Amino acid sequence: MSRYLIRRLGQALLVVAGVVTLTFVIMRLVPGDPAVAYAGPRASPAELAAARRQFGLDDPVPVQLWNYVRDLLGGDWGVSLHTRRPVKDDLFQAFPASLELVGAALVIAVVAGIPLGVAAARYKGKFPDLSIRLSSMLAVSVPVFWLALALQTIFASALGWFPVAGEYDTGLDRTSPLHVYTNITAVDALFTGNWPILGSTLSHLVLPALVIAAYPAGVVAQMTRAALIEESARDHARLERALGFGETAVLTRFALRPALNPVLSLIALVFAYSIVNGFLVEAVFNWPGLGRYAADSIRSLDTPAIAGVTLLVAVLYVLANLAVDLLQGVIDPRVRTR
Amino acid sequence: MTAPGPSGAPVAPLPLRRTALSRLVGGLAGVDRLALAGAVLLGLIVLAALLAPWIAPYPDDGGSATHPLEALLPPSGAHWFGTDQVGRDVLSRVLYGARTSLVIAVAVLALSGIVGVVLGVVAGYAGGWERDVIMRVTDVFLAFPALLLSLALAVVLQPSVTTVIVAIAVTWWPWYARLTASVAASVSTRGFVDSACCLGVPAPLIVFRHVLPNSLTPVLVQLSLDGGGVILTAAALSYLGLGAHEPTAEWGLMVQQGQSLFTTDWWVVTFPGLAILVTAFAFNVLGEGLRARLAR
Amino acid sequence: MSGTMIRIRDLAVRMGDRVIASVPELDVVAGECVAIVGESGSGKTTTLLATLGLIEGADISGNIAIDGVDVLSAPLAELRRIRGSRVALVMQSPQAALNPTMRLGTLMRRALARHGVKGAEARSRAADAVTAVLLEPAILRRYPHQVSGGQAQRFAIALAIALGAEVVLADEPTSALDVTVQAEVVAVLRRLRDERGLAVLLVSHDLALVSTIADRVVVMKDGAVVESGPAADVFARPGDAYTRELIAAVPQLPDRLAAEPAEDKK
Repeated sequence: MSRYLIRRLGQALLVVAGVVTLTFVIMRLVPGDPAVAYAGPRASPAELAAARRQFGLDDPVPVQLWNYVRDLLGGDWGVSLHTRRPVKDDLFQAFPASLELVGAALVIAVVAGIPLGVAAARYKGKFPDLSIRLSSMLAVSVPVFWLALALQTIFASALGWFPVAGEYDTGLDRTSPLHVYTNITAVDALFTGNWPILGSTLSHLVLPALVIAAYPAGVVAQMTRAALIEESARDHARLERALGFGETAVLTRFALRPALNPVLSLIALVFAYSIVNGFLVEAVFNWPGLGRYAADSIRSLDTPAIAGVTLLVAVLYVLANLAVDLLQGVIDPRVRTR
Repeated sequence: MTAPGPSGAPVAPLPLRRTALSRLVGGLAGVDRLALAGAVLLGLIVLAALLAPWIAPYPDDGGSATHPLEALLPPSGAHWFGTDQVGRDVLSRVLYGARTSLVIAVAVLALSGIVGVVLGVVAGYAGGWERDVIMRVTDVFLAFPALLLSLALAVVLQPSVTTVIVAIAVTWWPWYARLTASVAASVSTRGFVDSACCLGVPAPLIVFRHVLPNSLTPVLVQLSLDGGGVILTAAALSYLGLGAHEPTAEWGLMVQQGQSLFTTDWWVVTFPGLAILVTAFAFNVLGEGLRARLAR
Repeated sequence: MSGTMIRIRDLAVRMGDRVIASVPELDVVAGECVAIVGESGSGKTTTLLATLGLIEGADISGNIAIDGVDVLSAPLAELRRIRGSRVALVMQSPQAALNPTMRLGTLMRRALARHGVKGAEARSRAADAVTAVLLEPAILRRYPHQVSGGQAQRFAIALAIALGAEVVLADEPTSALDVTVQAEVVAVLRRLRDERGLAVLLVSHDLALVSTIADRVVVMKDGAVVESGPAADVFARPGDAYTRELIAAVPQLPDRLAAEPAEDKK
């Protein structure tokens, strides 16, 4: 196990190194001069030169890469050209809000997707299976930004069942101010017993979380179904039937656990995907997360900010994959001894 | 020995009505009908795109024409999908939008498919350090969700349809490289490749004569499954203003331009969005059907 | 102890237009081991699974009764009740037949609970059954990948004993095992047949194995029964050309034949 762990960690580190290099390369390709963007169009040549020196743009490219890596490791993710604040601070503020949104979406996706997958596998080839498969294919085919606009228009603007935008009613900051610990509003509100803000956050979460949940729910249902069908065709399922267990019991009490393994890896894959999908949804619902930050940075060609977001999400993806590989040992005892 | 099916449930009291004919119909009713439905739907969309200049009620509206006096008319006999903020027929623009989306999808899949398959075959056949290098590079690319890397690239390049194609293709090829590498690796260990090798057939010839053709089927299925993803990613980039721009008819762009009008003039946003949904759905249904067939 | 535990009449299993197994008559009484032999594709495993009602996508006609219960016409609930509690299955590949994510004890506990045995009664039954197949009770805490093939097969037999099954259907139970381990598993089956009066229906292509345990033999080829009778008779005076081929293919079979069944069966 420990050798497996070390090899797996080494692999992850290698990928992170590649991710940093690739991000650096892309950011070097940006048209226009970051120094100009920072110093402003009417800056004097002396100011420009100072900005160039500040960003290290006069150095040879390998030296720039080395400096970039050194700064990243030292916790310096650059300064946003747009907010003029350290990118790290901006990310630190925006990321928890995205995590809250995507976390809620993934919970919805798992809670809906796994039972749907089980039901489809149970009634394989019959009407419930066909309708679940078609709906899950619809769910993965829907453009999120459009679904976000549609749900917002119908359930918030027209019917008024849910708030139109934002993370919570900011008017509550005066009546019941929130003590911030994790920066994840729902969690902070829950642990400090701030019920008005918790309630407001949850009602603000419903629509955007549902929109983001569509894709993961669809793929989780499909994967659960496929894995269950495969698992229930194995020898051990035949033995379980021969022991007198019915189809439902074979699926839920025996086949589900080994089938969860591929579903779990899928969720890690889908996590990073959903964060990025969330960008579009955050823009629609004005959710104060990474997506809104990314959208602002794109509009203002804010290179350090875009690099920061890109890097953060890619590293998250690597970590999520690592976590899943390690977690698989818990679900499937065979992996542990490998 | 035939392996009995997975379910032991409804078997015991077997009526004799399951004839060969009913099984045939049952088989068609399963996977094959799914692939068929996807293919038909996709065929209709391709046809609509090809024939757009002839079947669009107002072909000029696919481009830069404006009719300010007819702005934001609701759906009617003259304009089935209504008109947009500058008076263009939404149905015509949706039809022309199919051209943009399909061109992007085909270009991305062809580009990334070719690059991925070539690298994948080399990695899978060569094994050793070539395989390691190629696989580690794909690892790095795969760490970026496609939309994220396309986003970063699209910011760097000028917004255009070409940008969208390049940006998505850059993020898409590693999937095919991985898939091809694993298939090619297993094909390479088969007897006929060994014998070709022993007969002194040069390596590039072995790869492209023997390994490649035998590795293609799963890649083709994956390509059709991915069509939907490309369509969605392209629409998202255009929605963010990083792709096609006025006066090109593009679904994502149409949604973005009309989004503030959703409450008042729903048709401007609804139909282009539905077009994205239906096209992505057609690709997914076709891909699922093909995958299920391949798996058997 | 001479009740007919398995009674098959005019069984025909069809896949499409092809008859994949056809058995006109087959009885197994308590305390008896009947072996179906034949090469792969001869329809022997199909016959075995049909006995449990565990074949999908095939037409089954005829009559199968297990301890008086008509398998082909019994309600599903009744069929599931006798699966496990009356008939048990021992499969070919020992580890694949066990759920990889489940400790052996968990499987046994669930199987017992399925048939209404819980708590202390379940624990003592599990321990007794495991001991009866010469395994340590500690094995119940292991996962399938942590036990050997022979242990897994004996555990499968222990499941049958714990549930009180009177009929054991064994599908090539030793073909995936080493020769010495094969002998252990066969010894366990033989002893339980003799001591507890289990009815054993064994499917195998391994005539050497069959000769050490079977009381009667049914030879199948291409889905049809070509010969059947007491094991000693069939081996000593094979009436069918195919049976002679099968026997000729086994090295030094006559020696074992002469020695073992006689002293073994009492």
